[in-house]
Amino acid sequence: MLPGKLLMDLDKKMSRRDFLKASAMGACVTAWAMTCIGLLKFPMPALLPDISNKFKIGSPEDFPVGTTKIFSDKNVIVFRDEKGLSAISLVCTHLGCIVSQTSQGFACPCHGSRYDEQGHVIHGPAPRGLDWFEISQLPSGKLVVDAGKRIPVGTKYTV
Amino acid sequence: MAIKEFFKNFFELPKTFRQSVVRHDKPTSDRARSQIMFGNIFLHILSTRVHRYSLKKTFTLGLGIMAASSFVILLVTGILLMVYYKPSVETAYDSIKDIHFVVPGGRFIRNAHRWATNVMIVTVFLHMARVFYTAAYKKGRAFNWVLGVVLFVLTLLLGFTGYLLPWDQLAYWAITIATNIAASARELTDTLNITAYFDPGGFVKVLLLGSEHIGDEALIRFYWLHCVILPFALIVILAVHFWRVRKDGGLARPDEISEKELGETPKDALSDKVFTYAPEKTYGLMCIVKGKTPVVSRGPEQTVSSWPHLVVRILAVFMMTYAFICLYSFFFNAPLKELANPSVPENPAKAPWYFLGLQELVSYSAFMGGVGIPGLALLGLALIPYLDRQDQEIGRWFDSKEGKRVTLFSVIFTTITTIAMLAFTVKFGWLRNWYPHISQLVIIFINPGTILVSAFVIWSFYWMAKNNSTRMAAIALFTCFWVSFVILTYFAVYHRGPNWNFYWLSSQWPAH
Repeated sequence: MLPGKLLMDLDKKMSRRDFLKASAMGACVTAWAMTCIGLLKFPMPALLPDISNKFKIGSPEDFPVGTTKIFSDKNVIVFRDEKGLSAISLVCTHLGCIVSQTSQGFACPCHGSRYDEQGHVIHGPAPRGLDWFEISQLPSGKLVVDAGKRIPVGTKYTV
Repeated sequence: MAIKEFFKNFFELPKTFRQSVVRHDKPTSDRARSQIMFGNIFLHILSTRVHRYSLKKTFTLGLGIMAASSFVILLVTGILLMVYYKPSVETAYDSIKDIHFVVPGGRFIRNAHRWATNVMIVTVFLHMARVFYTAAYKKGRAFNWVLGVVLFVLTLLLGFTGYLLPWDQLAYWAITIATNIAASARELTDTLNITAYFDPGGFVKVLLLGSEHIGDEALIRFYWLHCVILPFALIVILAVHFWRVRKDGGLARPDEISEKELGETPKDALSDKVFTYAPEKTYGLMCIVKGKTPVVSRGPEQTVSSWPHLVVRILAVFMMTYAFICLYSFFFNAPLKELANPSVPENPAKAPWYFLGLQELVSYSAFMGGVGIPGLALLGLALIPYLDRQDQEIGRWFDSKEGKRVTLFSVIFTTITTIAMLAFTVKFGWLRNWYPHISQLVIIFINPGTILVSAFVIWSFYWMAKNNSTRMAAIALFTCFWVSFVILTYFAVYHRGPNWNFYWLSSQWPAH
């Protein structure tokens, strides 16, 4: 029995047998649909196994003006100039390859995106500039970069 | 008496056992030959008789069977590789090295698995072109074409999930790029500033990786897809694909076929005698079988029995594919790059050749090149039989003189536009170079990829109007996509170097 036909015949009086048949079919379909939704939810991780995005980079004394340090396991580069400290992501905003430093700024090997020293896109398919991350200081004085927290380009941490 | 009977049974055991397995006569009559095909669950996927036109070498070129043959080789070698492969970030790379250097015959098995993939992808691609250009998606075969497109996608996904497993540099960066392509809907949602509320890209990425980052969770998911889900789906759909060919009355063929056209195809006196033998049963299935009523007392014209004519030809194509893969695997090793290094991508980081056309498109816009254009192209492919329902003769390459002309012009048109577009982009760059602050939304919708696609669509409508034919429009569009795919792939393989810059030759790449 088709659902459309069922609806059309709704004003007619339905026999008890047809009603029971239709409800049995409906129950089957509902059960299958619910099972599928439940099963499809299974592969979606409820808990991400990732470690924290925050990591310590050292004390302010480790970063005299003009220092550049790359934290290659975190893919973050940290600069220090007169205005303060900046932490820039080395992950290309296009498809996630790791950019390398060039004379102009940064270049991505995968699809040719290029960025200037501030991380602004100057060439290629990248949809936006490189991410800048928040830097903070622990009570102990150690500096911490939070690679999960994007901040506006050019925001520097003054020590 | 029972004792006597027991001994008789005992000594006749080999004979009675054989008879219980093989229940047909020797294949010396057409009836026995039909029984072989009909009574065997594996052979039954073929019909008992086959049209001589379908056996023409220049018609099918054996491409579908080659693809299926390489899949069989992939299944066997893949199951063997699972014995030694260890799917974890710590051990995957070493286990591949063990397979290559330590396991007896391991190098050969892995090579065969890798090269059979290439054979399968090439033949699937060519098989699709054969079916398209012979208009074999018409006359009730529309849904089988859709299944073919699904099989094409499954083949590519199997190739993709497969080359991730060694966990070398190619694997790691391919999985990075691919999952970010899956997440590239973010490119659109970011520009519209709605990612915080609606983030399908992020959802898919976490679903694929099981994490925000690439690690063990991602590897085990791709392993599961490669070894269980995708092969299972492919086998089931492949069975339906074959079954429908049989149910549609065999391969597509013209209504009127001259004896001259059949040329070298086999003629078999035994096959012509069909139906002269008095059948034990009358047919009771006539009302559900498609087609015209068979002529009584005369064999169906221009057909021969599938046993042995079709079966030996399939076997011959299988053996050719098998021999090619074996020889190639003996002499050439499957690539294996250095161990995955999450902080240094290769430069250039290239996907295997069959994804490089897409990589070129992705280098204009991640969302359009990776999701938008491929999605539209696949949807367009799948819908061809529903949008072009023109009634026409099927089963001849390029239909007619006009079909050949449209194909040729489309090849020339596509070659010129694609190369011109590539040359322009290499020489002058694109919008981002001229207007650095342009909105990403503009680039998503106006980039070399979308301009090419628009040109192809206009070209196709031009032929539709000119010839007043949806089939000619389909030929124009299919040719455009096919040729541009080949050109983009060639271009990305040979002319893209470090930082995805253009080089005439790889020998001109700068030394590190």
